[in-house]
Amino acid sequence: MFHARTIAVHVAAFGGGFVIMSLELLGGRILAPWFGGSIHVWGSIITVFMVSLSLGYLLGGRLSLRNPSLDKLAAAFLCGGVALVPLVHAAEPAMAWLFDLIEDPRYGSLAASLVLFSLPTVLLGMISPYAVRLLVRTAPESGHVAGTLYFVSTLGSAVGTLGTSFYFVLWFEVNTILTGLVVALAVLAAVAFAGERAS
Amino acid sequence: MRARRGPALRPNRWLRAIRAVRAATIFCCLAAATGQAKVIHREASLYQTVLVTERGAVVCLQFETRKDLRNQSCLDRRRPRHLVLPYTRMLLGALLLVPNPETILVIGLGGGILPTAFAELLPDAHVDAVEIDPVVVGVAERFFGFRETARVRVFVSDARVFTRRAAGRDRRYDLIVLDAFGSEYIPEHLMTVEYFRETRALLTPRGVVAANTFRDSGLHDHESETWHQAFGPFIEFTTDYSLNRILMASAAPLPEASTVDERARTWHRKLERFGVSITDFPGAFNRAPRWDRTKEALTDQYAPANLLRAGE
Repeated sequence: MFHARTIAVHVAAFGGGFVIMSLELLGGRILAPWFGGSIHVWGSIITVFMVSLSLGYLLGGRLSLRNPSLDKLAAAFLCGGVALVPLVHAAEPAMAWLFDLIEDPRYGSLAASLVLFSLPTVLLGMISPYAVRLLVRTAPESGHVAGTLYFVSTLGSAVGTLGTSFYFVLWFEVNTILTGLVVALAVLAAVAFAGERAS
Repeated sequence: MRARRGPALRPNRWLRAIRAVRAATIFCCLAAATGQAKVIHREASLYQTVLVTERGAVVCLQFETRKDLRNQSCLDRRRPRHLVLPYTRMLLGALLLVPNPETILVIGLGGGILPTAFAELLPDAHVDAVEIDPVVVGVAERFFGFRETARVRVFVSDARVFTRRAAGRDRRYDLIVLDAFGSEYIPEHLMTVEYFRETRALLTPRGVVAANTFRDSGLHDHESETWHQAFGPFIEFTTDYSLNRILMASAAPLPEASTVDERARTWHRKLERFGVSITDFPGAFNRAPRWDRTKEALTDQYAPANLLRAGE
């Protein structure tokens, strides 16, 4: 039951959930200097994350139809990590541009969330359904496998939320945390990659 | 990419005890002053529950968070000019640094007490007030006699967004008052070096900024360092009858003590009607505030103001 492949997929699901929520919370921090702390800023961020995740689920499920492998899961993590890098370097000019372009801070923050967070979140959203496909062997066990993976990835989300809002923002600068998330995604890619080789 | 240390070193135990007693004493005085107040209006907004309480002729605005209700604004209906809360009186100390401000920006409307006082004290001044919560604006008009006029305007906006837009539109102010902190929560993007620099950029060459903030908090050193990095030299103004700390800085070099004293004498008569004994203020202006310089300034990258405040 507990062979390397299974463990690797669960670690990947936990890490994916962790990074998604950590990023969502940092979203508020990143947007506040430009679009403020009003409730609509959080509305924008949550909307973009929900829409992006839903698209990611759709895409991940679709991609799992053809030759699913842990290597491809590793590629999704790597792409997610690469998509986070511009947040460190290009978020400020992007928000400055959108701030001048859009007067209403509601739509400004929505556009900024879309530009900054949609791509990484779509990529990270692909992980859950893809992970289900990697572990399911028979129809009767599919619900059990999916349930366990949801459990692990949502637990990861909870830990990412708490860790970021209670501790990371107290210990590190936003860009340091973002860099940490990029490194975490690279490590998760390596775990998935190793899981494929070990089995 | 600097790693950050955890919560600050604990101050010594006796100091903490003295502080606690002092805070409790002041709090009891405040509580006595507002005790048995009856709630005459309660309205939920997107951000908080806004309460209006009444005790005799005094109506107060409060934001309901926990049990600890602290008054945000108070109005004495028998003496509407009289500034009931000590911190509002203390903020008028900024008039000693910039004698006749023509354009004034107030961040955080509350009951609108300060904008109203400025408009009355300075008949030629234009006052812009920024308030994030539209419910607060309605309550200020209904219960605190606040009125928008040709000279007093309100903008419902986040302060940071307003500040950036105002900079783009070349609005400049002789006096900016920062009064956006509740007793329980600090909007963290409004306590960073970057925000203060954006605020400083809105000042005219003789402009002055004055902020209402907390006296006893784990933030003290971080906040002082943040002010120092954004504004350079600043004045700290505290009194033994208020839990608040007023910080003031100027775009031009701060005026000499003798100039400040002279201005206090000029203002004295006018401000007496507002319950402000302005001539007592200059002696309490601390031009060389002390703090632990090893504490980090807060920035947009590192802004855990509420965690640091609670960490004392």
